[in-house]
Amino acid sequence: MSLFSKQNMEALKTPLGMNNPVTVQVLGICSALAVTAQLEPAIVMGLSVTVIVAMANVIISLLRNTIPNRIRIIVQLVVVAALVTIVSEFLKAFAYDVSVQLSVYVGLIITNCILMGRLEAFAMANGPWASFLDGIGNGLGYAKILVIVAFFRELLGSGCLFGYQVIPQWCYDHGYINNGLMLMPPAALIIVACIIWYQRARHTELQEEQN
Amino acid sequence: MGLRQLVDKIKPNFEKGGKFQAFRSVFGGFETFLFVPNHTAKSGSNIHDCFDSKRMMIMVCIALVPALLFGMYNVGYQHYLAAGLDGSFWELFGYGFLAVLPKIIVSYLVGLGIEFTVAQWKGEEIHEGFLVSGLLIPMIVPVGTPLWVLAVATAFAVIFAKEVYGGTGMNIFNVALVTRAFIFFAYPSVISGDAVWVADSAIFGLGADIDGYTQATALGVAATSGAAPAWDLNMVWGFIPGSIGETSVVAIALGALILLGTGVASWKTMLSVFVGGGLMAWVFNQWGNPDNAVAMMPWYQHLALGGFCFGAVFMATDPVTSCRTECGKYIYGFLIGVVAVLIRVLNPGYPEGMMLAILLMNLFAPLIDYYVYQANISKRAKRALKSK
Repeated sequence: MSLFSKQNMEALKTPLGMNNPVTVQVLGICSALAVTAQLEPAIVMGLSVTVIVAMANVIISLLRNTIPNRIRIIVQLVVVAALVTIVSEFLKAFAYDVSVQLSVYVGLIITNCILMGRLEAFAMANGPWASFLDGIGNGLGYAKILVIVAFFRELLGSGCLFGYQVIPQWCYDHGYINNGLMLMPPAALIIVACIIWYQRARHTELQEEQN
Repeated sequence: MGLRQLVDKIKPNFEKGGKFQAFRSVFGGFETFLFVPNHTAKSGSNIHDCFDSKRMMIMVCIALVPALLFGMYNVGYQHYLAAGLDGSFWELFGYGFLAVLPKIIVSYLVGLGIEFTVAQWKGEEIHEGFLVSGLLIPMIVPVGTPLWVLAVATAFAVIFAKEVYGGTGMNIFNVALVTRAFIFFAYPSVISGDAVWVADSAIFGLGADIDGYTQATALGVAATSGAAPAWDLNMVWGFIPGSIGETSVVAIALGALILLGTGVASWKTMLSVFVGGGLMAWVFNQWGNPDNAVAMMPWYQHLALGGFCFGAVFMATDPVTSCRTECGKYIYGFLIGVVAVLIRVLNPGYPEGMMLAILLMNLFAPLIDYYVYQANISKRAKRALKSK
């Protein structure tokens, strides 16, 4: 099978849209609420998850025929935990400020449902290359939603993007006030809900049948 | 020419094939607002009087008028008091009227605008739900709330608390309270603290500009200064700073009489809110922390201050978001009162707990109803088994 066969490209592409882990499968919501108050940590988080899902997918896919079925979850956890620790140390070494902002949420990537979901659903049944693409796709699908949510939260909540003020000062002089609700986690839920609303309104095939 | 004839004359333009058929839902909305519609049920036998939901909403609006008029007068009164000016009754009222009117207009424009657009877009009949919400919203915010904040909050509430659930009658939360909650969490500086409760600028030559005047509400004072203001009959009459419509117990009582007399609101909900709040306040008086000024406030003061009366009469009794079962109404109302006083006493960050208490119980109303139904079902099942 060629490297960029239709099947493989699908594994890469569908998580970005029609099978998005956040908006369609509704996984990984907790960290989407926690780290999206600003764009920078959201992007770092999205990239970290992408790297970890891709690597974990590859490793588990390579091991998949040797893992006894009854202890597969613990093996998956060990692999993910090792990768998370590596990423966490890497961030502490090279992006200390962001790692402080992300605090426990880097460590909590271990419990991110997207990871275990992809390992169980895809890597255990597919080859390493396809699993790698699937991991990249799902990680980027997650990162994409994080960035959209963080964009609106930072813009409306602090009037900034990447920490630079974008809403001009004269707006504040004329009575504009930043929306404090946007800095609270519930705002992320509302924005994710809006994204889901938009996606389902555009792609009616995603809607459940009415009964 | 009578109004009916006028409506009948322009009606063909709005029906299918007419000039303005695109606006037929707007037209229908106004027609049924003015006249009880003549539609009859097509199947089964249905008997009901002409008191449909539009008439019910109008009754609530009428009941709100005393509190609204008093609120306007009080806005002027507080402003003149703060500015140290003397004014006649009409100057005071006129000032308040001019300060409150823009809020009412903005609330209706934004809310009805969204409702009409959605109805037009979906090709549905326009619902009347915003008639009451639109009047409630300006009455539960302080006079210092900027109009754009009010507009954003109203739009948020109408879209996210009402339209996404399916429109009038389908909402889980009281729309007016969601508006207030949105402002409360998104723009806390314009709805809490001590700088927003008294109007501070001249309007069309009435009043005067006063800079940096601060005056907290009685509950705000109690929560921050550690000493509750002494009991004062003005707390009943309403000559105290607060949200526009909430201060006067007397004016709200007038509205309550109208609501109860016409049977629009349930006395069970209303009464049990007061019982719950009073009881909880009494419990705190007996066993609360003596250093906590709010806990030591007598129960009648708890009921008179803040939005307690307004919430009990106009918000808790909202037929859409409250319990439907008669027994459930007692539980629902009682818990609103209890939770409101709990929040006031135990959370110094929220001097007023009525809004959050009602929203919280809105969430539980269906659950209470469910258990009331189940209890009734099992009671009857037991009775049936016994008689066998």
